[in-house]
Amino acid sequence: MAETAQTSEKIHGGVHGVLVHDSAAKHVAGSAIYIDDIPEPPGMLHVHIAMSTRPHARIRAMDLEAVRSAPGVACVLSAEDVPGINDVSPVKGDDPMFAEGLVEYAGQSTFAVAASTIDEARAAADLAKIDYEDLTPLISVDDAMEAGSFVLPDYKMTLGDSKSALNGADHRLSGRFRVGGQDHFYLEGMIALAVPGEDSDVHVYSSTQHPSEVQHNVAKVLGVPEHAVTIELRRMGGGFGGKESQPSLMAGVAALVVRKTGRAAKVRLDRDDDMIMTGKRHDFRIDYDVGFDSEGRIEGIEYVQAARCGMSADLSSAICDRAMFHADNCYFLGNATIKSHRCKTHTVSNTAFRGFGGPQGMIAMERVIDEIAFTLGKDPVEIRKLNFYGGEGRNITPYHMEVEDNVIGEIIAELEASSDYAARRAAMREYNASSRYLKKGIALTPVKFGISFTTSHLNQAGALVHVYKDGSVHLNHGGTEMGQGLFTKVAQVVAEEFQIDIAKVKITSTTTAKVPNTSATAASSGSDLNGMAAQAAARAIKTRLIEHAAEAYSVDQDQIEFLPNRVRIGNQVVSFEQLAHEAYMARVSLSSTGFYKTPKIHWDAEGARGRPFYYFAYGAAVSEVLLDTLTGENRVTRVDILHDAGKSLNPALDYGQIEGGFIQGMGWLTTEELWWNEDGHLKTHAPSTYKIPACSDRPDDFRMKIWEKGRNVENTIYRSKAIGEPPLMLAISVFAALTDAVAAAAGYKVFPNLDAPATPEALLFAVDDAKARAAEASA
Amino acid sequence: MRDGIRFLLGHEERAIGTIDPTMTVLRYLREHEHLTGTKEGCAEGDCGACTVVIGELADDGIVYKAVNSCIQFMPLLDGKQLIAVEHLANEDGSLHPAQQAMCDHHASQCGFCTPGFVMSLFAQGENAAAPDRGALKDILAGNLCRCTGYGPILDAGEASVEQGRSDRFERAEEKVSNTLTTWSDDPGVEVHSHGKSYYAPSSADELASLYLEHPDAHIISGLTDVGLWVTKMHRTLPALIYIGNVPELKSIDLTEDAISIGAGVTLAEAHEVLGTHYPDLGELIRRFASLQIRNVATVCGNIANGSPIGDTPPAFIALDAQLVLRHGDERRTIALEDFFIEYGKQDRAPGEFVERVLVPLPEPNVSFGCYKISKRFDQDISAVCGAFSAKFEYGTVEDIRICFGGMAGTPQRATKAEGTLRGGAWDEATVRAAMDALGDDYTPLTDMRGSADYRMRAARNLLFKFFAETADVASETRVLDVPEAAHG
Repeated sequence: MAETAQTSEKIHGGVHGVLVHDSAAKHVAGSAIYIDDIPEPPGMLHVHIAMSTRPHARIRAMDLEAVRSAPGVACVLSAEDVPGINDVSPVKGDDPMFAEGLVEYAGQSTFAVAASTIDEARAAADLAKIDYEDLTPLISVDDAMEAGSFVLPDYKMTLGDSKSALNGADHRLSGRFRVGGQDHFYLEGMIALAVPGEDSDVHVYSSTQHPSEVQHNVAKVLGVPEHAVTIELRRMGGGFGGKESQPSLMAGVAALVVRKTGRAAKVRLDRDDDMIMTGKRHDFRIDYDVGFDSEGRIEGIEYVQAARCGMSADLSSAICDRAMFHADNCYFLGNATIKSHRCKTHTVSNTAFRGFGGPQGMIAMERVIDEIAFTLGKDPVEIRKLNFYGGEGRNITPYHMEVEDNVIGEIIAELEASSDYAARRAAMREYNASSRYLKKGIALTPVKFGISFTTSHLNQAGALVHVYKDGSVHLNHGGTEMGQGLFTKVAQVVAEEFQIDIAKVKITSTTTAKVPNTSATAASSGSDLNGMAAQAAARAIKTRLIEHAAEAYSVDQDQIEFLPNRVRIGNQVVSFEQLAHEAYMARVSLSSTGFYKTPKIHWDAEGARGRPFYYFAYGAAVSEVLLDTLTGENRVTRVDILHDAGKSLNPALDYGQIEGGFIQGMGWLTTEELWWNEDGHLKTHAPSTYKIPACSDRPDDFRMKIWEKGRNVENTIYRSKAIGEPPLMLAISVFAALTDAVAAAAGYKVFPNLDAPATPEALLFAVDDAKARAAEASA
Repeated sequence: MRDGIRFLLGHEERAIGTIDPTMTVLRYLREHEHLTGTKEGCAEGDCGACTVVIGELADDGIVYKAVNSCIQFMPLLDGKQLIAVEHLANEDGSLHPAQQAMCDHHASQCGFCTPGFVMSLFAQGENAAAPDRGALKDILAGNLCRCTGYGPILDAGEASVEQGRSDRFERAEEKVSNTLTTWSDDPGVEVHSHGKSYYAPSSADELASLYLEHPDAHIISGLTDVGLWVTKMHRTLPALIYIGNVPELKSIDLTEDAISIGAGVTLAEAHEVLGTHYPDLGELIRRFASLQIRNVATVCGNIANGSPIGDTPPAFIALDAQLVLRHGDERRTIALEDFFIEYGKQDRAPGEFVERVLVPLPEPNVSFGCYKISKRFDQDISAVCGAFSAKFEYGTVEDIRICFGGMAGTPQRATKAEGTLRGGAWDEATVRAAMDALGDDYTPLTDMRGSADYRMRAARNLLFKFFAETADVASETRVLDVPEAAHG
């Protein structure tokens, strides 16, 4: 009997279903293999990278003789040993693998020692004698702005005439806001294991989000063609942007040791070295000047964003651009001028971190809204809604992109009701009136986040799919797995295309040998790009299977239907395995690449206009906090989240991204403080001093929901939306709620001066300052 | 003493004669046993990725403790059972309930912290007493996850707790217990290798004479401080004396007027008795560090290492605790506050060691409060830790002892502020004057944990908080749920 598509039976592991992470069972058993778990090749050397002890100095002389003759040492490498180009930068050519005559941050790589054990390598490195001539270091944004020190030219985006708008506005506010950086604190530190091959080939296992770039940099350093270098990884123990551009240093050094010694080499940074040596989220100083009417409608705004980029450009150009792209968040600004300064400092070169500048731009906007509301004595949510994009002529961003997919109004309406925002806010004010020492705060903040690499050519991806003659499938693509579940989602796509259970799809390591010229797994684009590429590859094979079956069974192609784990060919049904085997016997190619490039996007950098984003992801959160005004200690007591994941590919994984992103964002804005001493040394370089959220920091009352109506209006993979970065910015509601609680401490008489991160110290100072200003005002 | 160590790795016996006495358990597992499920996240006992479980003989079978393998040295395993994540699966290869629950609840993302979480949950499950969600958060406070936001892990924890204990460790407990019991007859051990020596004496007298012989040796117990000298500072420690096998030092004795805590007593072991008598002290100990740390770190080690922050010393000094020091056969008892001379210097002669600390029992009319201020509530080091013990008589302060950590080179009393308060009315004006006087008592430093300005403001406000909690009991003053406080 012929079966039909009406069957309710479904494959296991198709799209939109809840499916556990493909590696979960291995994670919990300790059998998931990370690079440090790969059995070490015989004779492998352990490499220690020595770091500059000065933030800014000329190297007069570097005497490494004692290092070379230390026990166990196989080789010592510095700039002069680099056969190719001494640079591991992603873009600009300004990140020397080893310092050459000049060091520009405390922690910069100066030389490397390869020895039989890591202890020997480390002990040997201590014997180096480096003669430094100290130069004046610029540590902070303020230092750099005062000195006029920049890594890249300024940039500007303009909409309308902000100057006239500000001058003509009923109300005008200006201020300065600072937002701190953030260490990624991926649990697995930086690591690369390089293994020699034939000729001058090298195979590098690298914990990286960007294998192609690591490949390019290793080849550049070694002076060999890219074909001589293969980069491979199965998974990272976390990335968060920290492993986008940074791993080239570790991979480059390991590969160079291989070249010099012919032995395998491993570079594994311990936690302190990792945190001192590698880049972080940019901290920003943002000046704002806003004009608005008496309702609170923004008429014009001017921003000056100054970012601490560190000693080199790294990805700062695109990061600072994205901060500008998100200076509006969900709001129509009317007339806007956004200026950006990319400050050069003698600190580690800052890099990608979940949100990529977007969060910094966005939080300043939310703070401006809060201040407008405070000035007018209104609920900030009212001001937010008033200024949302929407309505005639109110859909144009400061970079001249039309917002076509705006759903924030619907999301906010739903969340306001489900979170009982208004009643809780009123109750809180009552509590605060009678509570002398503890104050509560609440805030509802929205998120609109642009999806696509703003560097347009990066929006491409490749995949490689093989169907074996037993019907099992080998899946490979250019994306990398760092815990987000990308591999699971892409496998779901392939399972869905072939209508086979996901167990038949083998997920394999990312390698530059299978899919070349890939972009970083970044910008939340992993599933959008690689899902589409894998779908294209699967469809190509499927098309061949259909053509073959039509011919072999003499039926029309439209009489062939892929049902769960089998295929209907006219009146017959064969298993997927059988069809694969028959196709093989008929000499049909069962392997295909797939390729995808994002449509519609374009960007005119000179005019600062275009469509940098394919679409926007939206979400909103309500956070409630309790603040101890005597100490600044605080707790987040309740969180409500409503987030737009489009038609989610896998709600379990998406909830993981929402919650994880939120808590990480909360850490960024509260307990995570990067602290440099006066000598320009970072002193928060381990979990003992750098405090990411712990289990108990998560509020017990944590209610999150994927927006049920979500559906991408653009033709993305199964109409899903990117989920990696946007939820991090939901945590801006925590910062805004803390601001509200500080205001309560001073009887809501003044708008608090509070910068991020809102540590207990920052909060106590803000409380004291608000009380003093309130007293002054009423005196 | 016996030469070389013996322990159970999972359920297999291991006997090792020569091993670097400062080789960490983490490195041993990964490099020697090729058990790579246990991860290094920080090498300082702060992230929990390296969590393993140690089975130790107790009165009623085996007690299982989650510990950080990155700062535990191998010789400490002698006579114990070491359990790593690879050992958990059932005999048929199926996942342990704690592992299965983590899968079912989507509790792993990148997976690197996951084995550590699994081990913390496993240890909890083995020790019965199903925790509620609050207790679960405390059990997991020493495991950092950067991906999940913790919710799914807590859900998994609750689910695995509900399943109860049914695993190969339960089934093999009697056998393991027999092995460890046999070994316990001969607890003294020494290891000489790699130019280093390790001694584990089995009596207090033996310890006293060993230390006289080797006054340059480092006395160790939990290794939560000394371990970092090796893993973070890369120091070589030529001689170590482990006191964990000395039964006399493992006791907590209640005398007529004091709680007497031996030098080998861990914070976990002292938690209950101290918390019963002083709820704030119980909370301080809970927040002292993660369970992995509290399971091995000792109360007296926290004193003997002379940290300027310390956490327990300020509280103990406010309570006027006494310290018993032993040198050979001689003992002396001093006030704890006199032990701390200046930063890095304590009143302890070569060959002399801290034997016990005596914490006075609560007295009538005495109020005690202590407060720890840190960037994060759990597993963090204090910026300021303030402790207050005041005796009130008809609204006046008959006596008060105030001690702060983090405000000077040692935990130090606020004598000027105390003087301002002593004999005066317990009212806001006097308290504000005493808050000012703290400026004469201390000149704190600025560092990554807090600026001098913040430390001073917070210290002053903590005094005010103590006042508020004793004089204005109707007002809420704490953002954390605290056990019933012993107010006024």
